[in-house]
Amino acid sequence: MRNIWILLKKEWYGYFTSPIVYTVLFIFLLLSGYFFASNVAYFSLMSIQATQWWGGEFNLVEWVIEPLLGNMSIVLLLLLPLLTMRLFAEERRHGTMELLLSYPISDIELVLGKFFGCISVYILMLILTFIYPLLLFWVGRSDLGPFFTGYLGLLLMGSAFIALGVFISSLTENQIIAAALTFGLLLLFWIINWAAYLTEPPLSKIFEGISLITHFRNFTKGIIDTADIVFYLTFILFGLFLTLRSLEIHRKRS
Amino acid sequence: MIEVINVSKWFGERQALKNISFKVEKGEILGFLGPNGAGKTTTMRILTGFFPPSSGTVKIAGEDITKNPIFAKQKLGYLPENNPLYDEMTVEAYLKFVASVKGIKGKKQKMQVEKVIEECGIKEVKNRLIKRLSKGYRQRVGLAQALVNDPEILILDEPTIGLDPKQIYEIRQLIKNLAGEKTVILSTHILPEVSMVCTRVVIINKGEVVAEDTPDNLTAKRGQIEILVKAPAEEIENHFKSIPEIEGIEVKKENEFTRAFLRFSPQIEIRPFIVKTIVEKGWDLLELIPRRASLEEVFVQLVTEEAS
Repeated sequence: MRNIWILLKKEWYGYFTSPIVYTVLFIFLLLSGYFFASNVAYFSLMSIQATQWWGGEFNLVEWVIEPLLGNMSIVLLLLLPLLTMRLFAEERRHGTMELLLSYPISDIELVLGKFFGCISVYILMLILTFIYPLLLFWVGRSDLGPFFTGYLGLLLMGSAFIALGVFISSLTENQIIAAALTFGLLLLFWIINWAAYLTEPPLSKIFEGISLITHFRNFTKGIIDTADIVFYLTFILFGLFLTLRSLEIHRKRS
Repeated sequence: MIEVINVSKWFGERQALKNISFKVEKGEILGFLGPNGAGKTTTMRILTGFFPPSSGTVKIAGEDITKNPIFAKQKLGYLPENNPLYDEMTVEAYLKFVASVKGIKGKKQKMQVEKVIEECGIKEVKNRLIKRLSKGYRQRVGLAQALVNDPEILILDEPTIGLDPKQIYEIRQLIKNLAGEKTVILSTHILPEVSMVCTRVVIINKGEVVAEDTPDNLTAKRGQIEILVKAPAEEIENHFKSIPEIEGIEVKKENEFTRAFLRFSPQIEIRPFIVKTIVEKGWDLLELIPRRASLEEVFVQLVTEEAS
C-alpha cells in the first residue's frame, strides 16, 4: 500500500511538471464550460416558448444534465489517452524503467501506482467541473440525484478508459502510438453497439453488452444499476491484468 | 554475497550469455570487464531483476532472486549504463522518492538523503532540476540514488563514463572507500581503473567467462621475462625456441651481449628453469627482469585468443 502511494505521488510530480496535463485540463474545462452554457441557453429558450404555447415546462435533467454528461464523456474519450500515454511508454523510452524495476516493488504495486496516479488527476478534472451542477442547484429547482449518479458514471467510465490506456502504454515506447491506439480502441468499444442493430439477438446482446456507452446511459438518467458497475469494474480489472501480463512478457523477451 | 551459477540468456536466436558462473564475496570490489557486446550489461540486468535468466540461478545473500526478488532488491543499489533519471524532478525530490521507494522513511530518510548528497558532492545542485545538470553531476546523482538506501551490494555499470579527470578521481575514491563494508560489482572499459580500485576481476567475452583472478595475478601470469646474456643471439634464439613452454622469443643484439624477451604460457613459473639453462650452457647472465603485462595487454590477449 505504502509503495502504491509513493508511486502515485511520483506520477503526480511527473504530471504536473509537464505541460500536457495543463493543456488537457484547459481543453476539458473550456469544452465542458461551453457545452454547459449552450445547453442552459437552449433549455431556457425552449422553456420560454413552451410556457407560452402550452403552459408546460421542460425537465432540467433531460435538457441540460444528460446532454452535458454525454458531451463530457466524448471529450474524455479524446483527452484521457493523452494522460495515459506516458505512463509506461515514457519510462521505457528514457530507460528509467530499468532503474524502477531494480527497486524493491512488485509489479502489482507499480501498475496500481500508475493507475491511481492517473485516476487522481482525472478526479481533479471532474471536481473542477462541479461548479456547473452547483450553479444549477443554486439558481434553479434542480434535482441533484442525476448529477451524482452521472459523476459516478463518469468516474467509472473514465477509470475504464484509463485502465485500457495503462495497458496500451505498457506495450510501446512511443507515446503517440500509445495515445492513438488507446483512442482507437476506446472509440471501437464505444460504438460497438451499432453492430447490435445489424445482428440477431445472441450476437447483438453481446455487442450491446460490451459497449462502453450503453452502460453509461443509466447513470445520466439517475439510475444506478449493479450490472453497469460490474461491467466497468470488470473492464478495469481486465485492463490492469493485461498490463501485468504485458510487463511479465516484456521482461522475458527483452 | 552474490552467486551466479550456470546462467544463460537467450534473446530470440542469439545467446547473449553462455553458462557463466562466478562468485563475489562480501566486501569485494569486483571488476567486470569485457569488450562491447560481451554480455556485461545483460549480466547486470539479470542481477538487478530487469529480466530473469533463461536458465541457471542467481543468489544474492543466499536467496534465489527469481524466487524472492523483493528481498534481493532491498539489498541492492544499481547505477545502470546510461544513468537514466527523471529529468523533471529536482535532485533532492528525486533522492527522496528513491529513498522512500526503497523503504527508507521519516527521519532516517532525511538523514540518508543528506548523507549521500554530502558524499557525492551534489549539495550545491540539490534544488536544481535534473535536466539542467551537467553530465558529471548527473552521474553523481545516479550514484547517490544507488547509495541512498545504504545497500550491501552496489552494481555500477560504467560509473565514470563521461566525467572529467578530477571527477573520475573523486568517484574512484568514493568507490574505494566502500571496499570492505560493501560488495561492489563494477563494469568499466577503463582498465587502469580496475587495477586501482578492484580486488578481483572477471573478464567475459562473447557471453563466456574467460578469466577470473586478482588484477595482480592476471598481469603477473601473462608477463614476459627480459634477460641480458653474454652469448650469440642466434644461439639463444634457437635454444629457447626448442623449449615448448616458451611461446615466443625476441632477441636484440647489444654489442657482445644479447637481450632477449621471452613469453611463456601463464600457468607455470619459468624463471628458475631459464636460469638453469643459461648456467648449464655456460653463458653469463647479467640481467633477468620479470616484466608484468599491463591489464590492457592481458585483456586484449584474452579477448583475441577467444576469437581465434
